[in-house]
Amino acid sequence: MNKDNILEAMQQIFRDVFDDEGLVIDNETSAEDIEDWDSLAQINLVISMEKEFKVKFSLLELANLHNVGDMADLIGQKLQQ
Amino acid sequence: MLAKSLEYPFDIPLLQKKKRAIKKELLASGKNFVSKKIAILGGSSTSEIKDMLELFLLKSGIEPIFYESEFNKYYEDVIFDGEELKKFKPDLIYLHTSYVNIMESPSLTDSAEDVEVKLMRLKEKFTSIWNKIQKDFNCIIVQNNFELPVYRSLGNLDFSHTAGLVNFVNKINIIFSQNAQQRAGFYINDINYLAARIGLEKWHDLGVWYSYKYALSYDAIPFLAHNLSNIIAAVYGLAKKCLVLDLDNTLWGGIIGDDGVQNIKIGNETALGEAHAGLQKYALDLKNRGVILAVCSKNEAENALEGFLHPDSVLTKDDFTSFKANWDPKHLNIKQIAKEINIGIDSLVFLDDNPAEREIVSSQLPEVSVPDIGNNIENFASYLDRAGYFEPISLLVDDLQRAKFYEGNNKREELESKFSDYGEFLSSLQMVAEIEHFSPVYLDRITQLTNKTNQFNLTTKRYALPEMVALSEDSNAITLYGRLTDKFGDNGLITVVAGTIREKELHIDLWLMSCRVLKRDMEFAIFDQIVSASLKKGLEKIVGYFYKTSKNGMVSKHYESLGFELINEDKDGSSTWEFKIDPCYKNKNKYIKVA
Repeated sequence: MNKDNILEAMQQIFRDVFDDEGLVIDNETSAEDIEDWDSLAQINLVISMEKEFKVKFSLLELANLHNVGDMADLIGQKLQQ
Repeated sequence: MLAKSLEYPFDIPLLQKKKRAIKKELLASGKNFVSKKIAILGGSSTSEIKDMLELFLLKSGIEPIFYESEFNKYYEDVIFDGEELKKFKPDLIYLHTSYVNIMESPSLTDSAEDVEVKLMRLKEKFTSIWNKIQKDFNCIIVQNNFELPVYRSLGNLDFSHTAGLVNFVNKINIIFSQNAQQRAGFYINDINYLAARIGLEKWHDLGVWYSYKYALSYDAIPFLAHNLSNIIAAVYGLAKKCLVLDLDNTLWGGIIGDDGVQNIKIGNETALGEAHAGLQKYALDLKNRGVILAVCSKNEAENALEGFLHPDSVLTKDDFTSFKANWDPKHLNIKQIAKEINIGIDSLVFLDDNPAEREIVSSQLPEVSVPDIGNNIENFASYLDRAGYFEPISLLVDDLQRAKFYEGNNKREELESKFSDYGEFLSSLQMVAEIEHFSPVYLDRITQLTNKTNQFNLTTKRYALPEMVALSEDSNAITLYGRLTDKFGDNGLITVVAGTIREKELHIDLWLMSCRVLKRDMEFAIFDQIVSASLKKGLEKIVGYFYKTSKNGMVSKHYESLGFELINEDKDGSSTWEFKIDPCYKNKNKYIKVA
């Protein structure tokens, strides 16, 4: 799975979690860009991605994420392992 | 149908991902919701719990309005009179606490007495919260018990040593259960069982504790919310009432029409037979505590009935209130069952091994709960049990006998139609009443009846159990309950009267009666006792109050019928009445023998 595929799958999760089918994300998207992206939505995003990609994030990994691109990279690394 | 994800065993990834869309779908379902104000007071994070609870409640027909305490402010909000909570006026308070809220856990240096002191302090903390809630809000309380902790640093000794947290949790849980037995309007959300059921490894997740202060894993939250929603639905009378069962390959193995009664699988001869008997046993347990059973089977009626004559059948045909064995489509039969028993179609649960039958029923009658029980008989009862459809909130003797009460009523109605004179009918009932002052053994039932009676209720005042206890011990009060038995059976405790003495007057604060015994002259029998108790205390006058509500119109003329004089009538229809006690008062009751 390349980064574009990952981003595409992530976008669908964002759309589900925020219940907004028109939502578009890119590498630079962060919590500041989406009004509803609070800490509660954050957990829902993380949990849904863990399930979608069948990976598990550690506390340390989550602490270093700043935007969607970071998340996609992290998922990419984990899928290669 | 996203909302299907809320049926046990739940589609958890879908619930988590699409909770907003599911909520929209439920709200758009056109259901008639009852609105309830629910305060969630948490000892850890509660946002996701609130979101999940909302979905499960909407599914049960309750539209919640929520109040959430600040993080870990469950104690402060109640004890220090949180303004917001006061303004919110909750119908129900849920205390979401867990083992992380045990502030003083036992330590290795503690003596057994030290641990006991810690235990008592924890108990005091919670009882002070519960007392204050009941005093300030007089609302329903749902309280978590404690789940087993993540670690047991003492290993297996953690269970048996007084310094073990496992030992401590088990002890505090016993204290909580004792409290639940004594306190009215108080229910335990048994997270200890729930955590054990889904497994502690799945229940605990320190990642979400350190990051977001959730005291349970994200995947455990739907289980918690579901369990809680079952209690809340039951409190508001929305639990399911009737279990509709298929026969062939459900209540017994095999097809009775083809195989014959001697060849169906039921009983201990085979593993399969034992599994079917297990399901029958579970259904019988439900029936014995007040769940109505019905049969819906594609069969010749004669063959279907024969199955229950099998010597190893646990159930008999008399266990079923409705029995439909024919070749009509099942959804039509199920509609008929609801009509026959006279309950809403949404209080039925349908159990069938055949997915095609389940499909047609759930598509034709979406209000009926149709658990997807798979096709392995050994799991059917577990699905039913874990879905929690029939959650009971208490088991009073009267609840256990409810089916009999209704049976008795049918017979009384039959009898009534045979008499031309109503007095003659009342005499023929051979009624015997027990009318006494409140006594401890009946206080639970007295409180329950007081808080749920709406129609024959003069003042509709509600009392929590502690207030009832105080009232029963007040020497300045006259309190009476009445039980009524007749030739068809025991009606149980069905009427309550309480009044306070001021000067030479008795002021009747409470007078109510179950509609089960309307028009039996029980109100006369108890009034005679009120008068005689008043005379003994040297009272001269009885003052009665009628507070009008939307439901108690039937008693607006109650005091008039007893010979009271109207003193005052408000614009809203409420009224005050007086009765001067004649020392030579003649009893009004003619048909009931007072034991």
